[in-house]
Amino acid sequence: MQFFFEVLIGGLLSGIMYSLVALGFVLIYKASGVFNFAQGAMVFFAALTFVGLLELGVPFWLGFILTCAAMVLLAVGIERLVLRPLVNQPQITLFMATIGLAFFIEGLAQGVWGAAVRGLELGIQDQPLAWVMDRTGIGISKFDLFAAVVSAVLVTILAVFFNKTRVGRALRAVADDHQAALAIGIPLQNIWRIVWAIAGCVALVAGVMWGARNGVQFALTFLALKALPVLIIGGIDSIAGAILGGLIIGASEKLGEVYVGPLVGGGIESWFPYVMALLFLLIRPEGLFGEKHIERV
Amino acid sequence: MGRQGSEVLLRLEHVSLAFGGVKALADVSFDVLEHEIRAVIGPNGAGKSSMLNIINGVYRPHQGTITYRGQPRRGMDPFQAAALGIGRTFQNIALFKGMSVLDNLMTGRNLKMKCNLLQHAWYWGTAKKEELAHRQKVEEIIDFLEIEHIRKTPVGRLAYGLQKRVELGRALAMEPDLLLLDEPMAGMNMEEKQDMCRFVLDVNDQLGTTVVLIEHDMGVVMDISDRVVVLDYGRKIGDGTPDEVRSNPEVIAAYLGNAH
Repeated sequence: MQFFFEVLIGGLLSGIMYSLVALGFVLIYKASGVFNFAQGAMVFFAALTFVGLLELGVPFWLGFILTCAAMVLLAVGIERLVLRPLVNQPQITLFMATIGLAFFIEGLAQGVWGAAVRGLELGIQDQPLAWVMDRTGIGISKFDLFAAVVSAVLVTILAVFFNKTRVGRALRAVADDHQAALAIGIPLQNIWRIVWAIAGCVALVAGVMWGARNGVQFALTFLALKALPVLIIGGIDSIAGAILGGLIIGASEKLGEVYVGPLVGGGIESWFPYVMALLFLLIRPEGLFGEKHIERV
Repeated sequence: MGRQGSEVLLRLEHVSLAFGGVKALADVSFDVLEHEIRAVIGPNGAGKSSMLNIINGVYRPHQGTITYRGQPRRGMDPFQAAALGIGRTFQNIALFKGMSVLDNLMTGRNLKMKCNLLQHAWYWGTAKKEELAHRQKVEEIIDFLEIEHIRKTPVGRLAYGLQKRVELGRALAMEPDLLLLDEPMAGMNMEEKQDMCRFVLDVNDQLGTTVVLIEHDMGVVMDISDRVVVLDYGRKIGDGTPDEVRSNPEVIAAYLGNAH
């Protein structure tokens, strides 16, 4: 039983790391109604910039703030050069634009900072918490716990921000209908800038966490693929959904690996989330918390 | 009739608009007086919606000037138009379908909200007070349009006629000085049309809002408008009170279709 809980908790904590990546997708989907293919690239760009600055001798917090500023600049640039010319275009056009954007950002990041794999040390060891270990015999990684707390704080702030404020409402309005949003006086450009900037800063946090765990490398861009099942399960337009989806994916892939894996020869962790997502698509295509869209014909 | 004052709120002079080779509007001039209900009519493709789109800045006229509240201008974007107090509804309803009626109306308050982002991030205090004040205003509009019972329903689920009413509500939430209505009664049954007529007249009467509307139902147009502009193939062929327009031979010809 102890072992079961250890696997479960480990899974939940790593699931929160997935949520962190998925969150960036949710934000942009809510504001532009488009799946932002470049989110993985933004995570990579942010992490690489942050590490690059640290290597130049910039202190941790200053580096963090500078990278945030870089992400805001990136957002302003994206709005001006990519989104603004595409107002009122079909969403598939915007989606294609984000694919192009992904390649551009990946290239830009490596062009500026080089393509070498870098380590990132946050000063928190990936070791079991002694206090919990002594009392219950369950090992909980300090690093995972730290990541979970950071994610929880971030998510709470964002949830309040987007559900309780006028900006949140404006955001959903913009996602639904550009033309109407403009006509009632919602400053489309501002909303987009704000959202892409926030998504950029979320990408930075995700990049720092994943970079500290796996190294800052090109593989960070593939995190987008890990976030996909999370989004499908949670609902692509729900912040709460991204969290719950991440937890479900994290827990089920670890438990599946340990308990179901041996029956089929192991190694199911990497594809198990996608099977889960497929099942969800069959049963509840809009996800757990996604908005149900009704088509009148 | 005779609700209008004498002040000119909006004046269009020699406005032309073309899409490639198609002339949507050719040298059209007319004015809108304060507090009047001004109808724009004409056969399909006459350029009525283009006219509205020019007024609220979706299109920029290729020639001509628009004078709004004494300020001449060539064009602007829809956001600026909204900020200047021009509200509108669309021919093919443009509501935020996933959001509730209440939230749709609240988006209309966006420009009236003064708190900045940071204050909103904290939500408490001023921002909360502001939110409540706007909620109050929106509830008044909901009462006015008699849509209390669907307040929390996502608009995508509502019947067509009700959606049109919600869209009017969202425009009203902006407290516009000039309200542009693009076929507010299209696709409605008799009863819904009568309701909508009543709302438009009440808005005009009680709130003093100037209304420019496009409508195909001649009965409605002749009943509620103070003055009517008639467009055909992008040209203005008639302008005046409903009675004048009704007896204008060119208008009759355009509607019976033997002039072309």
